[in-house]
Amino acid sequence: MTLLTLESVSVAYGSQTILKDLNLDVEKGQLLSLLGPSGCGKTTTLRLIAGFLEAKEGTFRFAGDDYTRKPVNKRNFGIVFQSYALFPHMSVFDNVAFGLRMRKTKETDVKSRVKRILEVVSLGGFETRFPKELSGGQRQRVAIARALVIEPDLLLFDEPLSNLDANLRSGMRVEIRRIQQELGITTLYVSHDQEECFSISDRVAVMNKGLIEQIDRPETIFKYPATEFVARFIGFHNFLNFTERAESEGVISLRAGEHLFTAVANPGTTRPGALKGAIRPDDLVVAAEDRSGPGVIGSLPGIVKVSTYLGRSYQYVVETALGNFTANQEMEKPFYSGQSVTLRFPPDKLVLVD
Amino acid sequence: MREKHFGLGLFSLLVFVFLLGPLLIIFATSFEPGIVLQFPPDGFSFRWYEQIFKVEGFLRTFKTSIAISLLGNVFALLFGIPAAYALSRSSFRGKELINGLFLSPILIPGIVLGFTLMKYLIVVYHLPMYAGLLIGHTVIMLPFIVRVVASSLSTFDFAIEEAALSLGAGRMSAFFKVVLPNIRSGIIASMLIAFLESFNNIDISVYMTGPGVSTLPIEMLTYVENHFDPTIAAISVLLMVLTGVLMLVIERLMGLSQFTRR
Ligand SMILES: Nc1ncnc2c1ncn2[C@@H]1O[C@H](COP(=O)(O)OP(=O)(O)OP(=O)(O)O)[C@@H](O)[C@H]1O
Ligand SMILES: [Mg+2]
Repeated sequence: MTLLTLESVSVAYGSQTILKDLNLDVEKGQLLSLLGPSGCGKTTTLRLIAGFLEAKEGTFRFAGDDYTRKPVNKRNFGIVFQSYALFPHMSVFDNVAFGLRMRKTKETDVKSRVKRILEVVSLGGFETRFPKELSGGQRQRVAIARALVIEPDLLLFDEPLSNLDANLRSGMRVEIRRIQQELGITTLYVSHDQEECFSISDRVAVMNKGLIEQIDRPETIFKYPATEFVARFIGFHNFLNFTERAESEGVISLRAGEHLFTAVANPGTTRPGALKGAIRPDDLVVAAEDRSGPGVIGSLPGIVKVSTYLGRSYQYVVETALGNFTANQEMEKPFYSGQSVTLRFPPDKLVLVD
Repeated sequence: MREKHFGLGLFSLLVFVFLLGPLLIIFATSFEPGIVLQFPPDGFSFRWYEQIFKVEGFLRTFKTSIAISLLGNVFALLFGIPAAYALSRSSFRGKELINGLFLSPILIPGIVLGFTLMKYLIVVYHLPMYAGLLIGHTVIMLPFIVRVVASSLSTFDFAIEEAALSLGAGRMSAFFKVVLPNIRSGIIASMLIAFLESFNNIDISVYMTGPGVSTLPIEMLTYVENHFDPTIAAISVLLMVLTGVLMLVIERLMGLSQFTRR
């Protein structure tokens, strides 16, 4: 069931349009994350949904109601800010109790609910501490507890882990996912860290310049990016421009200049007319020079320009008639710079993007 | 290197002498036992400190000054805090203009401002002197309130206010429950600075005082015109002590706020 819908929403700061004609659906109980480079409008989208920003055009529907002009404090959404935004002058207990007290909850209920939620975030016994007496991770959990205790209809996170160190980050990531699933609470999660997004989301929306380029399950996006932008963003560093494409019996034949390639028909190749191929450096195979002559399908001769040792593998930049390609490969004896090699494009690893 | 440090030290010393010298002289002369203001004093007595309380005008105008400065302070806060908040929170067209408007009383010479206020408030609109004084002092305190409060708001994380809103607080209660407590030291500091500015003010007050209505600094001015005895030194010392104590409090507040800010 769709809980939240943005219908061709536009947002502008002054004359600068940040979001243009944005559409988004979020299913009830799911965790959807917004992923994208800095400045693409993730925070703006989140703030729009939270109610801090008003849409210039378009409609925001929530559970069937029009929320476009509904004030922030009437939305019943829990928000976890990047800076945590705890109330510095209040104890952990008062921080968490704030939302309940605003709702005029009976003080005995406040006590029991705060206590219960602090246990959920493993912070029992911290009630009398002040925010400045807590570690970053603990503050983060107070912020989550404060947002959860009001039993929000929607939970919003804006880069909640970016102020934590790497260790804590992966721990908190699991924690957030656990709590979210335990309580079955619909969640919108903003991050520019793809690993973070992929690991906790039911669905990921990749944004670029105020538009959603692709919205899918993490596995789908990872394997089958829909656009060149998404492909680049998730690590497809190699692109090929084809001039012809023909499809028959589950195999797509492609031509770039005098070179021929094939791709196995899969969700990444179904875009009709797409003529741009993408492949990850890890999937591109570098082989010794193939002297059997040109025309072997899926191969491309080239010369190693740069060879870099990455520890587990070697990284090569190979110059070809179709441009430079980057390939990572584990091997005993590396190719050297200047060596003639052949690049092989496995048909099941090549995807076609818009 | 040493040479340079020595020169710098000497220079600092001179500055200190230059700044503190007159204060020390006033301090010393206030204990003069005789009737002539002179330095060095001839002996030591509290005679002129006692004298302060015998001059009826001092006590009366002291009360007036306190009343005007405190009441004006309240008004300046009522206007100044919302103004500072609006200026820090939002960006709108003409913001710089408004900002300039609030700071202008510092930039316009007091003599001009005082004269203008008198001309309009007293002469044209026939307001009572006290009302004129109050308005004048509110006006000169306003820039200090706006400045200092805005500077503490500039380090305030407005996400905290947004958090309060998202948790169901209305704009007002978010402001009073979350914003205000976190800029409290800035507000107190602004009140004290403004209070000092108002309490010591002469150039505005001078236009709106007259028979029966006066402030302490004006009364002191009148007093030295007629008497040249050490009373004035004694009362100056008391005012310096008051100022010093307030400055200390401000320093502590602003200094402490550096630590309480996360
Ligand atoms: N208050 C503002 N006034 C004007 N422009 C703004 C404002 N806030 C954001 N922008 C602009 O809107 C665009 C989108 O900003 P937004 O904060 O949504 O990006 P983001 O995707 O969250 O990026 P990041 O990953 O860096 O947080 C940016 O180009 C930014 O410069
Ligand atoms: Mg952001």
